[in-house]
Amino acid sequence: MRPFTFTQAQNVDTAVREVSSDGAKFIAGGTNLLDLMKIDVMQPSHLVDITQIALDTIEETEAGGLRLGALVKNADTAYHELVETRYPLLSHAILAGATAQLRNMATDGGNLLQRTRCYYFYDTHTPCNKREPGSGCSAIKGYNRDLAILGTSEHCIATHPSDMCVALAALEATVHVTGKSGERAIPFADFHRLPGDTPHLDSNLQPDEIITSIELPAQGFARNYTYLKLRDRASYAFALVSVAAALELEGNTVKEARIALGGVAHKPWRVPEAEALLQGQTASRENFQKVAEAYLQGAQGFGHNNFKIELAKRAIVRALEKATKMEATA
Amino acid sequence: MHTENSPGTETAVRPLLPETRTVTLRVNGTSHQLQLAPWTSVLDALREHLHLTGTKKGCDHGQCGACTVLLDGKRINSCLTLAVMQENKEITTVEGLAQNGELHPVQQAFIDHDAFQCGYCTPGQICSVIGMVNEGKAKTLDDIKDLMSGNICRCGAYVNIVKVAQEALEKNTGL
Ligand SMILES: Cc1cc2nc3c(=O)[nH]c(=O)nc-3n(C[C@H](O)[C@H](O)[C@H](O)COP(=O)(O)OP(=O)(O)OC[C@H]3O[C@@H](n4cnc5c(N)ncnc54)[C@H](O)[C@@H]3O)c2cc1C
Ligand code: SF4
Ligand code: FES
Ligand code: FES
Repeated sequence: MRPFTFTQAQNVDTAVREVSSDGAKFIAGGTNLLDLMKIDVMQPSHLVDITQIALDTIEETEAGGLRLGALVKNADTAYHELVETRYPLLSHAILAGATAQLRNMATDGGNLLQRTRCYYFYDTHTPCNKREPGSGCSAIKGYNRDLAILGTSEHCIATHPSDMCVALAALEATVHVTGKSGERAIPFADFHRLPGDTPHLDSNLQPDEIITSIELPAQGFARNYTYLKLRDRASYAFALVSVAAALELEGNTVKEARIALGGVAHKPWRVPEAEALLQGQTASRENFQKVAEAYLQGAQGFGHNNFKIELAKRAIVRALEKATKMEATA
Repeated sequence: MHTENSPGTETAVRPLLPETRTVTLRVNGTSHQLQLAPWTSVLDALREHLHLTGTKKGCDHGQCGACTVLLDGKRINSCLTLAVMQENKEITTVEGLAQNGELHPVQQAFIDHDAFQCGYCTPGQICSVIGMVNEGKAKTLDDIKDLMSGNICRCGAYVNIVKVAQEALEKNTGL
């Protein structure tokens, strides 16, 4: 690892001030940043430890939702009583990711900002526009089995690897951040970016901004939900395709449907127009198939990952079926 | 991996020489004052500075679990955390498990069930089983398999490791 200087911030203001210096980065759980620093993909010259800041609690909001402090550990979030009972979709998504050891260290803020798992991004001997803007994309014509099929650009076809974020997209969370120019709230759908011609930017967070909390709205879809993660082995692997499905049902009629896909794009993928196709309709396989087709419209494979298009469609149908049946057994 | 100064294209100023600081780590019930560079992982602090080599380095990237230790009773990968960030925490390594010359029940169970071959993954597996019991989330066989999946065994001793984990849950042999 390259040498760096290190300070510990005791509050948000100090953290924001200290990270403003050139080449400085926050460190929380360290599970993504240190991994990437060891192989020279990330090279901060200064680290600001934010784990001493009191952003490590989960609190109820006046709006009937929950506020997850940015420094709450992924494991503590997933096993928190209010998350388990009101937002089981989020619990399941978090527990589908990484390992017990990693979830005990990883924080909720860090999870949002984990970087892609594209093999070429990790290999400093190959061109990669995300790692080194303008150098080219090795994946488009290379080995791209794990990479994106939706929202790609000619500059980058990377995916966002988080499971937690797929659930947060379906639940329509809000990300609260503080920077030099004050606080702002970013709707989850606007937090991550598509690659476009700036693939080096994963999110719309500014370099001097710190995530302080993630807010969940009151509606948790605790009756009919599923997090379906399809991967090469049953545990401890990143998703090829994942689906967070949440339904509000009245009898067998869909009042509201939320679907977010993971492993297919540079950000958790939502298509509100396709979700709306289910509104007021019967929760049936036939209707789910229509939604799945609409969700994957415009999807493009790059050779090794063509199978993901069909896989994603089937995953959507299966996730919606699982989410529907749940109530019958509850 | 690189220790030389930054290339000329970078504007950021990097420290040329290892800038060390005093770090107090509590390991197996004893406080140790160490002079460490900020980039020293807990794993390197244990192995290279405290000479506690029971905790193993497999991948150094959070993928294998060989470096698993307990931090305030919970499992973490010591390779992916900085020593400077873990002051005032209680770190338990495989060396701290035996009490008064007697093996911890999970250590004994690894012998009784013949749950290792080369033994390289074993200290991490032992700490992980104890952490799993402490964390209190495993109930079924499937839970065990899922919650122990962060510990890879290249000798494939999994069948017997699972037996150890089942026994540890039944007897509630945590820390
Ligand atoms: C072997 C392995 C397997 C994994 N498998 C999965 C998986 O299957 N699914 C999955 O979803 N994840 C997986 N992960 C990734 C893991 O979830 C992330 O590494 C973790 O969530 C990152 O959180 P952290 O607190 O450790 O972040 P850090 O490594 O500390 O930080 C990550 C980035 O976020 C920034 N940052 C952190 N906190 C803040 C904040 N509050 N405000 C602003 N910036 C901040 C840092 O500057 C850094 O750039 C895996 C990781 C490993 C090593
Ligand atoms: S897909 Fe993106 S991250 Fe992967 S090589 Fe291309 S530019 Fe880099
Ligand atoms: S050495 Fe830490 S997980 Fe492999
Ligand atoms: S006993 Fe050899 S790696 Fe597990």
